[in-house]
Amino acid sequence: MVNFKITEKEIWDLLEQVTDPEIPVLTIIDLGVVRTVELIEGKCFITITPTYSGCPAMQVIEDDIKILLKDIIDCEIKLTLSPAWSTDWISENGRNKLREYGIAPPENEPDKSVLFSKPVVVPCPQCKSKNTRMVSLFGSTACKSQYQCNDCLEPFDYFKCLK
Amino acid sequence: MSNSLTSNILEYTLRIADDSLILGHRVSEWCGHGPILEEDIALTNIALDLVGQATNLFEYAGTIDEKNRSADDFAFLRYEREYKNLLLVEQKNGDFAVTIARQFFFDVYRKLFFEALVNSTNENLAGIAEKSLKETKYHLKHSSEWMIRLGDGTLESHKKIQSAVNDLWRFTDELFFQNEVDEALISIGIAVDNKSLISPWKNYIDEIFSEATLEIPAQNWQQKGGRTGMHSEHLGFLLAELQYMQRAYPNMEW
Repeated sequence: MVNFKITEKEIWDLLEQVTDPEIPVLTIIDLGVVRTVELIEGKCFITITPTYSGCPAMQVIEDDIKILLKDIIDCEIKLTLSPAWSTDWISENGRNKLREYGIAPPENEPDKSVLFSKPVVVPCPQCKSKNTRMVSLFGSTACKSQYQCNDCLEPFDYFKCLK
Repeated sequence: MSNSLTSNILEYTLRIADDSLILGHRVSEWCGHGPILEEDIALTNIALDLVGQATNLFEYAGTIDEKNRSADDFAFLRYEREYKNLLLVEQKNGDFAVTIARQFFFDVYRKLFFEALVNSTNENLAGIAEKSLKETKYHLKHSSEWMIRLGDGTLESHKKIQSAVNDLWRFTDELFFQNEVDEALISIGIAVDNKSLISPWKNYIDEIFSEATLEIPAQNWQQKGGRTGMHSEHLGFLLAELQYMQRAYPNMEW
């Protein structure tokens, strides 16, 4: 079962098949949670990093990678916390996919030490209007806020900025 | 690593982990009971971050523990006196003002603490600090804004938040607890010197209190004990709920 021929590049390509269980349009590559892939003596070592400390998706992602590679190569998955994941690591491709899926991708936000800062302007992923409002800073998962469009009235998730 | 060094790091890591777990559990008790939907979600998210941080810390602790305990063993199979969390974090939720004041005192400390722990020579603790710091900044913004909103809000909200501050102030000195474990680890750059956090903590509290029209209680009697395993009566009840399944059905999994 150990395949000595497979390259690191091919493993990166395969990992494009693993998606985030909570945002299934995003692959773990789009999301930037795969940090390194290394082949050492026919064994594959993959390092992944969580988006948030308590992100319940990590275990599922780890299992999905194992299932994907189980007939291809022996692999070991390591979790790393440093450098800490940032929304800057979401690829351009990932941002477009989020928008199409109805989730507004992260915008640059003021520093968290500024209290009562005005909520960042987030364009509606449906009608593109910038006339939107924040409903709740905290949303359905740790990584999202709740917004609503004042023009088309569609409520939507905003993937909040984490730096 | 020498035995005493390992046991010091283990003790130090468990203190940080226990603060996160116990406060995370407390805050999670708000799930489904928040005063408004937004706050229900906010508090549940904060609880999730805290329990996530605890998991990372317990997992690291497991790698240096000579008894080879897992993260679940640390959370579910230790007794009250083995927990080294601060008395502050085990205090009951009370009303929303009590929950916010407790969170605020803790968040101010935690942000300063993680900012310093990022420079730890122990790369596991530094990595956990780096990750947790980003989340803690969100928590601090949330609790600081509520301190101001409640303090500078209506007569009723002002009264409630001032009374929460008065009740919880006696647990704030323990935030800066330090003993020989810390001192041994500070000397080799692993632990944070808590004494260096006192004045920035106080300054931030003063700044927010002045905006919130709140006052630091004149009465300054302080209660300590959590860091040495001597807890208030509330922790036992919390653990009874937290650990019930593993105690009733040992080794159960789902």
